[in-house]
Amino acid sequence: MYNIKCDVAIVGGGPAGLAAAVAAKKEGAEKVLIIERDNALGGILQQCIHPGFGLTRFGEELTGPEYYSRFVTEAMDLGVEYILNSMVLEIDEANNQVICANSEYGLTCIDAGSIVLAMGCRERTRANIVVPGTRPAGLYTAGSAQRLINRQNIMVGKSVVILGSGDIGMIMARRMTLEGAKVVMVVELMDYLAGLTRNRVQCLDDFGIPLKLSHTITRIVGNERVEGVYVAPVDENKKPIKEKEEFVECDTVLFSVGLIPENEISNKAGIVIDKVTNGPKVNQYMQTSIPSIFACGNVVHVNDLVDNVSAESEQAGKYAAQYAMGTLAKSEGNANLVTGNNVRYLCPQSIEKTGKDEKVSVYFRVLKPEFNVKLVARCGDKVIAQKREFRVNPGEMNHVNIPLAEVEGNEITVEVIKEG
Amino acid sequence: MNKAKAVVIGAGAVGCAIARELSKYCIDVVVIDKNDDVGGCASKSNSAIIHTGYDAAPGTLESQLVVAANPMYDEIVEALDIPFKRVGAILPAITDEQFEQLPQIKEKAFKNHVYDIEFKSGKELLEMEPNLNPNVKGGLYIPRESLIDPFIFVQALAENANANGAEFMLNAKVIDIKTENGKVKSVVTTKGEVEADYVINSAGLYCDEIAEMVGKADYKVVARKGQFYILDKNTSCQVERIVLPIPTKVTKGKLMCPTIHGNMLVGPTAEDQDSKVDKSTSTEGLDSIAADVRNLVPNVNLRDTITQYSGLRPNRNPEGLHFDMYDDLKGYINLSGVRSTGLTLSVSMGKYVVQQMLMSGADLVLKDNFISERKGIIKFSEQTREVQDKLIKENPLYGNIICRCETITEAEILDAIHRPLGARTVDAVKRRVRAGMGRCQAGFCGPKVIEILARELGVSTDEINKNIDGSYMVSGTTR
Repeated sequence: MYNIKCDVAIVGGGPAGLAAAVAAKKEGAEKVLIIERDNALGGILQQCIHPGFGLTRFGEELTGPEYYSRFVTEAMDLGVEYILNSMVLEIDEANNQVICANSEYGLTCIDAGSIVLAMGCRERTRANIVVPGTRPAGLYTAGSAQRLINRQNIMVGKSVVILGSGDIGMIMARRMTLEGAKVVMVVELMDYLAGLTRNRVQCLDDFGIPLKLSHTITRIVGNERVEGVYVAPVDENKKPIKEKEEFVECDTVLFSVGLIPENEISNKAGIVIDKVTNGPKVNQYMQTSIPSIFACGNVVHVNDLVDNVSAESEQAGKYAAQYAMGTLAKSEGNANLVTGNNVRYLCPQSIEKTGKDEKVSVYFRVLKPEFNVKLVARCGDKVIAQKREFRVNPGEMNHVNIPLAEVEGNEITVEVIKEG
Repeated sequence: MNKAKAVVIGAGAVGCAIARELSKYCIDVVVIDKNDDVGGCASKSNSAIIHTGYDAAPGTLESQLVVAANPMYDEIVEALDIPFKRVGAILPAITDEQFEQLPQIKEKAFKNHVYDIEFKSGKELLEMEPNLNPNVKGGLYIPRESLIDPFIFVQALAENANANGAEFMLNAKVIDIKTENGKVKSVVTTKGEVEADYVINSAGLYCDEIAEMVGKADYKVVARKGQFYILDKNTSCQVERIVLPIPTKVTKGKLMCPTIHGNMLVGPTAEDQDSKVDKSTSTEGLDSIAADVRNLVPNVNLRDTITQYSGLRPNRNPEGLHFDMYDDLKGYINLSGVRSTGLTLSVSMGKYVVQQMLMSGADLVLKDNFISERKGIIKFSEQTREVQDKLIKENPLYGNIICRCETITEAEILDAIHRPLGARTVDAVKRRVRAGMGRCQAGFCGPKVIEILARELGVSTDEINKNIDGSYMVSGTTR
């Protein structure tokens, strides 16, 4: 077996892996190696040719390829190394090794000081959400269709119904329209938008594409190719109202019904996974339950904005480098983060106390939309951080900055409180 | 016009088993199927179980054939490299009423010569299957009920028949059967006419339509739909054996079992319908599975489903498995009512058909050069690290993993496409190597498989079908 030694091994060369690599190198790790399964770096951003990336980080609007190219350039300048076309088969956590398959080298074993997981996520499918009906050609997840169109120049169909108002779904509604397809409608089970409001405006409203909230696809029709779908409104329990079912003709259905962090190799390695995020439980260093393994980006929890992913991944890269060099701060005990009112999950899930005067950003999603709220972090009755928000929405991530010096006890509760 | 002696209509498990058996003899064999691939109908969507026949109606042909077939599998899966595992089945009795039924079920098993069926106490069953309903009162254990890969099974039979000279005409629909002087003469298909001294109708769902072509349709096929769930290999609540419900007067009920590849399979429903093409799943059907299976395995987690499908059993009206030869139509053999047990009894049916032909005076001479073995596609994911490394060194395409969920390499996909009776469609690739059968359901590998198929077959991507004609995957190129 081919052997490579490195200080920090990074699984995945998408935006998370790239930001982690750059940060690890900057922190002083000598040999940083990205292991990428695709034939190029950039990850899913390679197929995200639309603008909208980088507003937070760079203060300008970039396309996906423009966004990751900046990181690739920086990584190369810093001397980050990478191997492409390499699928990781296994992480041997006992020996701190990553084993991957590569056509050129054969099976390859990478010995690392620390490992950063940056595998991203995959899409929930039609079958995951159990849409009944037939199984014809013409059913795609929005991301697969995006890959076919943007990377392979292949058009998936001519008339499209999209289930789910996630960001990829809305972006694909616009993309399919620009490619000459008719997007009949976007159907959303919930009574609110799943993705970002700006995508609704720019991708649906601007193109006159109808959005049907509180509706769902009840059946898929067609034996060879999709012939259409039945669409029905849902009641307050999200059950379709059969009598109001209508047939909608189309030859393609795209599913944008959620993303799942891709943790097959994390699971195999025995890393503790959060049942809500479906990603590894981490502390503020983005360190998993196995101390030598860090994780960042969508493999930890699904982000809305790549800018967030980059920021979070820099933390992972920085601390993974410190771990490899033996300089990671000793913990003075830890505090668990607990979800309070209208909070679905928190990331990180715990905080190591260091005694230093620094702030830790804790990201979270709400369970339901609310207006005029206060985001509060408290230890017992003592409020340690708070901020006002005009609106919170499950589709848009929130965060609070927790001052480490203020943390008391071993629990921090984060909650959303309705004001006035 | 092609010259052939025996024409088998239908390339399902039964048709391919008959073709393989006939290919042991000096006789030209042609298998005709309207689908693009072998095993493209009922043989691909069932519970993938090789039965013992413990619950067949004693004394029937179906009982004889199933009971005879089960022991034949040890040898055939070895020779033809087919994934197969004897995991055994259990029938737990949850209620007192069910418990009282156990002696009759056991007695019936004995009438079917299944003597290895055993009574187990509730405690023993819970030790065997900790996820069973804790109220289980006792039950029966049937050790030889087994799991198979139904796709590879049919492909293996077909490939081996093909290696021994049997010809396969796929994408060819039978339009007519010509007869002359009380004998079959030829089979007319959408791809031309084939002469025949023997015509064997193993067309499954469509066997009544074929029989009608020769005026022998004294029955109707009634499609009985069965809906299933497949669960993720990681699902928290699993079973190791086939867990069968105690049958009621109305239905055999819904089971839970592992698949040969480690997923969980839950189902099926039993719904008679007029259509022979409608394989849709329904909310009502899927919900009924959930309700029933929770009686057996209360914690089954159907939210871990990675796909749902349905298959159509070719039930017969009037009921029962039938083998028919006719004095007034020499050379014509009609099989009908080959339903749930069809997968199991295909191998014994192959032998039975040939034996009946011999007994009716067919001039069949055994070959002395029959190739009895067939090698399957090497599964990269099942090899040791050392072997994997060696495979990549020998063929770098083993280092290119196309399907992330099932760890399927490009080399395996190319083997699936280029071997005899190779894959021409996305589903045919999937049924040979499992690319796209994992939890992401081809989200990752689908776009790649379309390109590989187009490249290897030398066609454009818009000519690649999911399965049958008209099931085009993509509509063209971008602007």
